Amino acid sequence: MSGLQVVVIGAGPAGVRAAEALVAHGQRPVVVDEAPRWGGQIYRQPPPNFKRAKRLLYGFETGRAEGVHGAMAGIVERIDYRPDTLVWNAREGELDLLHRGRSTTLPYRRLIIASGATDRVLPFPGWTLPGVYSLGAAQVALKAQGCAIGSRVVFAGTGPLLYLVAYQYAKAGATVAAVLDSARLGDKLAALPALLRQPAVLAKGLYYRAWLQAHGVAVHEGAAPLQALGSQRVEGLRWRDGPREQQLACDAIGFGHALRSETQLADLLGCSHAFEPLQRAHLPQRDAAGRSSVASVYLAGDGAGIMGADAAEWAGERAALALLEDAGVTVDGTRAHVLEQRLARVATFRRGLERAFPFPVDWAANVPDDLLICRCEEISAGELRAAVRDTGATELNRLKALTRVGMGRCQGRTCGVAAAEILAHASGLPIDAVGRLRGQAPVKPIPFSAGAA
Amino acid sequence: MPLLHRLTETEREPIAFVLDGRPAHALAGDTVLTAVLTQGERLRQSEFSAEPRAGFCLMGACQDCWVRNESGARFRACSTFVEGGMRLLTGALA
Repeated sequence: MSGLQVVVIGAGPAGVRAAEALVAHGQRPVVVDEAPRWGGQIYRQPPPNFKRAKRLLYGFETGRAEGVHGAMAGIVERIDYRPDTLVWNAREGELDLLHRGRSTTLPYRRLIIASGATDRVLPFPGWTLPGVYSLGAAQVALKAQGCAIGSRVVFAGTGPLLYLVAYQYAKAGATVAAVLDSARLGDKLAALPALLRQPAVLAKGLYYRAWLQAHGVAVHEGAAPLQALGSQRVEGLRWRDGPREQQLACDAIGFGHALRSETQLADLLGCSHAFEPLQRAHLPQRDAAGRSSVASVYLAGDGAGIMGADAAEWAGERAALALLEDAGVTVDGTRAHVLEQRLARVATFRRGLERAFPFPVDWAANVPDDLLICRCEEISAGELRAAVRDTGATELNRLKALTRVGMGRCQGRTCGVAAAEILAHASGLPIDAVGRLRGQAPVKPIPFSAGAA
Repeated sequence: MPLLHRLTETEREPIAFVLDGRPAHALAGDTVLTAVLTQGERLRQSEFSAEPRAGFCLMGACQDCWVRNESGARFRACSTFVEGGMRLLTGALA
């Protein structure tokens, strides 16, 4: 580390472009990434001994993936790159890292957090059965391991990833039994004006869907999973097609409802958060350049709000320019302005996506009491509802203390969205009024033997 | 019936390991999750309900895919690569 002592957390599109801009201005940042290879989730690279061409892994995004991979390859000798390294705690001026079972401390003066996102999931009964995975998981299995999650797969939920993953599976030779989209055709038509702001992205989405239908894959809109069937593994799915109940045989289900940001590190650092109605989530606040409310901390990419991979690249570069500017380094103001304009245009497109694939706001009202919300601690919707009824709890951390929801190994990454929805519904409050799970260190489980506090 | 199905990248070097006391084979570059679930249907049993679990997110977030070895060490199966000679167990703790 040298110069401004910058640390970049994450080596996905945002982290890589941030690091690249820092290097271009004479800095030697530390780039810490949990994955063994750079690229993030979207441009995740399989292990080095895999041979498939990038075109087969990334499809229409091949150029983008190659751009990000190439940018990192071009700077890796000029940065301090720490793959396979988890940032498990963060405080002013210092990060706690875990690498190969050992914990160490890394000082920083300025920090760019590009922590990325995971699937946002609204569970349904049977979702803990082997064979039920998130949409992202289904994609990782294929992209990074050459495997399908089953031989006859149903994809459910909503969002652009639903059609993309279904397309990738069918194209790779898996049987896609059905695509069940909770959004309706009317939602998509209403969203068209906003989506036309990014016609190329819209065209890709339409292409996946048309390809699936042309290849005989049943696509149902206004549909939702009701129950995964089976005792030791998935054997079928009961689902709702509008008002009608249906059943189909399958040995795997991939589902998800768009993405959620990984905000724990920004939270631990004291970055102020605000409820963002479009994303239905509390997110760390940032200005158009990526400055958080904490002077030394910058935010970029999906970890600070879901804007997609292209925007992540621009936001990463923009945040790095802001950091440099704030440190008194001269940067290209025109470039900074261009990046901000691009990001503003994506924001309009994002509103269109939320209209096309709306969050199923009636989910909490319709799930049965015996639905497990928390996989870690096995806490049901009924237990959460009972706690709200019996104690009058109206705040998510209170509900966590009462029931342990969000307290398990995943720290609420998987159940947090669903638990907040159940709490809001049961208490009769709007979703923005029930709070958010506070980040806790370690943000992921670390071994006792790591020598950490 | 295994849970995961290999569609491609099957020309890799084989790796021998032991799954629930029986000899098994994976491919170099497999995660522990892939190695186990291309042979079987679960990684572990829930410590609460004993129900089978086989992971969920495959990206190190959900912490659902822990699997242990015969010495009692635990691995997050989606982000640990399989190594020759691993002796993995998918049953409940005795």
